Amino acid sequence: MSDGETRRPLLEVEDLRIEIPNRRGTLVAVDGISFEIAEGEVLGVVGESGAGKSLTGSAVIGLLEPPCHVAGGTIRLEGRRIDDLPYEAMRRIRGREIGMVFQDPLTSLNPLYTVGRQLTETIRTHSDLGERAARKRAIELLQEVGIPAAERRVDQYPHEFSGGMRQRVVIALALAVNPRLVIADEPTTALDVSIQAQIIALLKKLCREHGAAVMLITHDMGVIAETADRVAVMYAGRIVEVGPVEAVIRQARHPYTHGLMGSIPLVGHDIPRLTQIDGAMPRLNAIPRGCAFNPRCPKAMESCRHSRPELTPTGETEAACWLYDGGEQRDGTHG
Amino acid sequence: MAEPAAVPASATPAGRAPEAAPPLVRVEDLAKFFDVSPPWLNRVLQGEQRLILRAVDGVSFEIPKGRTFSLVGESGCGKSTVARLVVGLYTPTRGAIAFDGVDMASLRRRAEIAPLRKRLQMIFQDPYASLNPRWRIGEIIAEPIKAHRLIAERAAIDCRVGALLEQVGLSPADAEKFPHEFSGGQRQRISIARALASQPEFLVCDEPTSALDVSVQAQILNLMKDLQRDLGLTYLFISHDLAVVYHISDYVGVMYLGRLVEWGAARRVFEQPRHPYTRMLLDAIPDLEMTGRRRIPVAGEVPNPIAPPAGCHFHPRCPFAEDRCRQEAPRSLPLAEFGEGGGEVACHAVEERRLESQS
Repeated sequence: MSDGETRRPLLEVEDLRIEIPNRRGTLVAVDGISFEIAEGEVLGVVGESGAGKSLTGSAVIGLLEPPCHVAGGTIRLEGRRIDDLPYEAMRRIRGREIGMVFQDPLTSLNPLYTVGRQLTETIRTHSDLGERAARKRAIELLQEVGIPAAERRVDQYPHEFSGGMRQRVVIALALAVNPRLVIADEPTTALDVSIQAQIIALLKKLCREHGAAVMLITHDMGVIAETADRVAVMYAGRIVEVGPVEAVIRQARHPYTHGLMGSIPLVGHDIPRLTQIDGAMPRLNAIPRGCAFNPRCPKAMESCRHSRPELTPTGETEAACWLYDGGEQRDGTHG
Repeated sequence: MAEPAAVPASATPAGRAPEAAPPLVRVEDLAKFFDVSPPWLNRVLQGEQRLILRAVDGVSFEIPKGRTFSLVGESGCGKSTVARLVVGLYTPTRGAIAFDGVDMASLRRRAEIAPLRKRLQMIFQDPYASLNPRWRIGEIIAEPIKAHRLIAERAAIDCRVGALLEQVGLSPADAEKFPHEFSGGQRQRISIARALASQPEFLVCDEPTSALDVSVQAQILNLMKDLQRDLGLTYLFISHDLAVVYHISDYVGVMYLGRLVEWGAARRVFEQPRHPYTRMLLDAIPDLEMTGRRRIPVAGEVPNPIAPPAGCHFHPRCPFAEDRCRQEAPRSLPLAEFGEGGGEVACHAVEERRLESQS
């Protein structure tokens, strides 16, 4: 975390725009977002359902489901553009250079194949190991993700594993060929708290050991606080704030981030009422003009209703808010 | 409203309020077993055994009037089964549920049960599955009113539905709409309005905010607290989210594989947990305050509830387990050192004072 300045970006996303055409027109699900992930860095992406965080992740690995498509912007992995690659070339990058961990471990594993076969297949597709060596590697991976009796369990089917163990298998699959980047989309949401803590610890440890960068997509701020180096907060298809995780949690600049933090109940905090952001996130077909948050924002000004703010540095974080236009805080009472 | 006579003093919880309210709901030695055996033919031909799932096995607690009692635990611990038993969706295998001093099992005829039934209502987890998509909101909310014959005239029902919608922060005009026109949070408001329609005193809320985003969850939790204050409601709150439970509860019960391992005033349980499982669970909460802290990794997973470990169910994961824990199920004993609001804990190590050096 401390040597963040010296790292070069592994993933660069610039002005990414994702559209969903439908009968009545085109919905813009992700509207011109830019971010970078440095080598070995964990970038948390938070937001409520429909904010566009999962679509962003899918776009990076080139798995957007039609009719969703990338309508603009660039995605670069180690300086090489990957958003316009043909299907076969992208397929080689997936797995080899970018690993994936999804929310529901059961849907990311093939129920008809043993865990070992799925692992060896992945390993052999992306490396030149033989069958026997690949199997040995598969067992090592299972041991590494903390599955007891890996030699025996390698020949079992996904349904013979519990939810937490399945997620470990999925992590083993994602890390099978030492990818440079892991996209983890709600990796702990389907799990119980005690298992969730184990999985987070595992993901952190493995990424440190393998030197992989992680894009961690979740709606759980607690998971982000424990895991991420930096965090990007998304709202209605835009990044509203991005910065080091502590700064975003403790000194949120954007009113949305601020409200979001206040709405999280915490053990040990005796407050009669949680901070409440009234209303709901707008639907994609009715995103307000100007700043998308302005109808719900307690600090909305005239300019918020007309023109859209861009991310500007404000202290430790960058926030897209007119309150901080020109890097200065106009409203002194925030925080 | 007479207080039930035989309440042992130690079992009467006292929470954040100085005076202990009389319990509205009292659950004693509640158990529910499910027969999950393979079909008869398989048992005969393949020699398979009968299998009994002890979803809830001897749970006792009481909820004072106007308070919130929460049950927490991991999936499969039986907390939702307790909720369904309390509202009468399941019949208990063993044990008693007393509502306002009346034993629910003693009532047989519909005419006896109905007046009690309208005093307790349930809110479910999934607001997408718990509202009939083909009914208008007005009909959904009016159904309990009609079922319990609370109001006769059509116009008066509409008026009441409008008032209920306003009470949960929606508009009376929404009565004409269908569930699909609402977001998850709004649907949960509709579920709450429906639950309030029969003017209940007691609401059983089974993970009411688990399907919602945090900012929407905050709205619903605030609404529930406001309603409790305004209407004097009593809640049985089921959740796996400990932070939500801390925020909303007066009392907390921690369940593990069908048994209540510890309960007490919420503050006591969170600040001075006694049972090793409670400690482990609290330690596992991802924390906003302590970024980068090192925590003791939790070992193991919840065992198969069909064949739970003998003795204390938690012993295979417990760092303090001894021979006695492996053989004998611990009894729930009051925590004397905390006085009235301390609650109880079921742990041999606590009983034998083996844990005191750690705390």
